[in-house]
Amino acid sequence: MIAHSIFFYTFSIIAVISAIMVTASKNTVHSVFFLILDFISISCLFIMIGAEFLGMIMLIVYVGAVAVLFLFVVMMLNVAQQKNQWFASKESSKHIPVGLIISVIIFFELIIVIAGWKYKPDLFDINNSFKAFSISNTHSLGQVLYTDYIHIFQISGMILLVAMVGAIVLTFRKREGVKKQSYIKQISRERSEGVHVLEVETNKGVKIDD
Amino acid sequence: MTEIGLGHYLTLGAVIFSIGIIGIFLNRKNIIVILMSIELILLAVNINLVAFSIFLGDLAGQVFTLFILTVAAAEAAIGLAIIVVYYRNSGTIRVEEIDKLKG
Repeated sequence: MIAHSIFFYTFSIIAVISAIMVTASKNTVHSVFFLILDFISISCLFIMIGAEFLGMIMLIVYVGAVAVLFLFVVMMLNVAQQKNQWFASKESSKHIPVGLIISVIIFFELIIVIAGWKYKPDLFDINNSFKAFSISNTHSLGQVLYTDYIHIFQISGMILLVAMVGAIVLTFRKREGVKKQSYIKQISRERSEGVHVLEVETNKGVKIDD
Repeated sequence: MTEIGLGHYLTLGAVIFSIGIIGIFLNRKNIIVILMSIELILLAVNINLVAFSIFLGDLAGQVFTLFILTVAAAEAAIGLAIIVVYYRNSGTIRVEEIDKLKG
């Protein structure tokens, strides 16, 4: 149990510090790197608590796909070298105290809810969790995911499809003056329009205008 | 203190959620950092769901975390596509220069 608490505090402190650095670092690329660190430490927490399938999926989806997508966009848009004046802009800095007040209020509301909420301690024991069962977390998730939640699963696949189509449609543009192949034109060429047969007289040759 | 319970995980989720909201408001840079803050908020929600799921012994929380993950990935893809299009049209994604809607 002592190892559990040591690992919890280590990973959560890393997660909180890197979450602060995501918002506070001046370089956008550093923000993406700290976001990756945040996701990795949270997925370590998930694996430690017993939700190992979600921890691994989190690593694959967030670190492997979303963070790399962020990195690509940061690289393409060349925003890393922009002058970042943080807290320095005069006109728009009136949002900052409002935002601080709102987030502090939300934080204390959440803390009040968590701390003032009475629960039976024996019900919420970690030994009461899935470790008591013989089947693994992935096995039990698969058992409910493809039976009870199959419709939601299909709908989430549709959401991914719509997102993919939407991203392609948004960023697609037709550029003028670009040479490209037209397959249907190439395939549908006839011999009569490609080859021209001439009668060549002896010792005279033929003049071809091209 | 050495016993890590449900409250510890919920507190961690609350801290990360608040940091995400602070990141949305404090941001004077580009919109990409705002999208990253939204990802942080979704991550905090995921922490809450997984903690409840483990400590209550109910798998529905983890299933919903999976769906939140899906929606977060779709939202990041669409958001980044919109940012790319905006940058192509106007040449900037700084937060204070995006004022076409006069908001």
